[in-house]
Amino acid sequence: MTSEPASDRPRRKVRNFALLSNRAGAAFLTPAGLLVSVFVIVPFFWVIFVSFTNRTLLGKTALNPEFVGLANYFSLFDPGNFLQRGQFGFSLILTVQFVLASALIGQALLGLLLAWLIQTVPPWVKRITETFVIAAWILPEVVIGFAWFAFLDRDQGTLNAMLTSVGLPRGDFLLDQPFWVIVVFNTWRGAAFSMMLFGSAFSSISPSYFQAADVAGATSWQKFRDIGLPLIRGHIVTDLILITMWTFNTFTPFLLTNGGPSYRTELVSIYNYRVAFHDFQFGKGAAVGVIMMLINLAFALIYLSIGRKKKG
Amino acid sequence: MPGQSLGLAMPDPWTLANFVTVFGNGFAVRALWNSVLQSVGGVILVGATATLAAYALSRSSLPGKGAVTYILLLFSSVVSGSAAMVPIFLIVSAAGLIDTHLAVILTFAGGLLPTAMFILRDFIDSIPKSYEESAMVAGASPVQAFFDVALPVIRPGIVVIVVWGFVNIWGSFLIPFILLRSDTNMPASVAIYSFYSEAGTPIVTLLAAYSLLYSLPVIALYLFVSWKFGFRFFGGIKA
Repeated sequence: MTSEPASDRPRRKVRNFALLSNRAGAAFLTPAGLLVSVFVIVPFFWVIFVSFTNRTLLGKTALNPEFVGLANYFSLFDPGNFLQRGQFGFSLILTVQFVLASALIGQALLGLLLAWLIQTVPPWVKRITETFVIAAWILPEVVIGFAWFAFLDRDQGTLNAMLTSVGLPRGDFLLDQPFWVIVVFNTWRGAAFSMMLFGSAFSSISPSYFQAADVAGATSWQKFRDIGLPLIRGHIVTDLILITMWTFNTFTPFLLTNGGPSYRTELVSIYNYRVAFHDFQFGKGAAVGVIMMLINLAFALIYLSIGRKKKG
Repeated sequence: MPGQSLGLAMPDPWTLANFVTVFGNGFAVRALWNSVLQSVGGVILVGATATLAAYALSRSSLPGKGAVTYILLLFSSVVSGSAAMVPIFLIVSAAGLIDTHLAVILTFAGGLLPTAMFILRDFIDSIPKSYEESAMVAGASPVQAFFDVALPVIRPGIVVIVVWGFVNIWGSFLIPFILLRSDTNMPASVAIYSFYSEAGTPIVTLLAAYSLLYSLPVIALYLFVSWKFGFRFFGGIKA
């Protein structure tokens, strides 16, 4: 990024050799390489292998799993019950809805709105807003899960206490509207990232554009639509891909609903956990893992190709 | 407004009794200590190995450096914890490490390393090579130049990695939840979850006190980072 500083120029010989010999470089890379191989690269291939076996956690097939071909995939995509609650298809569609509602609509829109609004407010309002939104994002997920659990509790929850005090009926939200609970929860928790990304994108726009628009008498909405949005288009694409991937893989709603009641919030990550660690069907769980990784791969390739185009 | 537990009301009277009770609970204290062990262990491992590797990626002319970086980025975003829970469990159990701190530490180190290496490599790339070159002109070996000249300059970048890694491991739930079995090894995240999900009626005030204690390190690090660097990762860090 930074080119060689000027002090280098007087030197006659252009030093272009590497600072680190290949041998030292390889030695430096080895510990990290081993860790990444064992815990990132081997799992990728091992999960594919296990997905073709009937490996279980306990019993005979735990030690001597048999090769079962595509049986695990057939059972995941069994047309007979594919879309039933507690089956893979239901989880997959639920996850798509969850990503659409909480990441693409919730986090991105809320983040965009917040990022735009705090451009013009007094600095202290901006700081306080940022602090709270970022706090929602960095606090440990278990603490946030517990806080929401307490907030939504049927008998003693804060939300019901507030509803009662203004004369509205109480509700058992975790039981009646579990899907919307985790959507709101994920939106609330993840909006910080989009807000910061869009915020730094907005503040990199030259103020003269907005000043010119002010002179022409543009409203805030017009400035947003005609100057702000078009100029941060690249950031929006980046943001949408990243939050889609994160939301698709998130396990945090488990802390709020356990995937229930009766599988109504069982996202694919939670489905994977239940199949593998509750029902002890590692082969089938591995097959779910393979499908998740394929979906991740598609998004990652899109993301990386966009990143390369930007550089090139 | 009902003045009972979960409702939002000013505590009356203010009391520290809940914290005293938390500290009297051996399981709760032990879980916090386990979180410390796992996070510190993981962060030391990530910090050390990522620094070495990132330095090699930036300063050596090993063939295929670019490809390594690309593959690392790809794999790290494809192999998420929730997609790879089955193989990670199987690898850890094949190594005989189920229900050990080491299992959690190694798994997190492997998972966090690609991103850590990537951030640090960018950071090292932005430091002029002339620092180490002058040291080598003065007769230092490349390894000496790394430890005595480059390392002090890279330190702010390592701090960022360490803080980021710590917050990640400290707050994580899924990996220890899968890899650990016994109460004596559970980190605080799993302990809190079992307190409010399994106990019939959770004692909310105690759990709130415990959650606050558990959140303190993260809050402290957040304040430290925003004081020291300003909390904007996209602006980059100025050395």
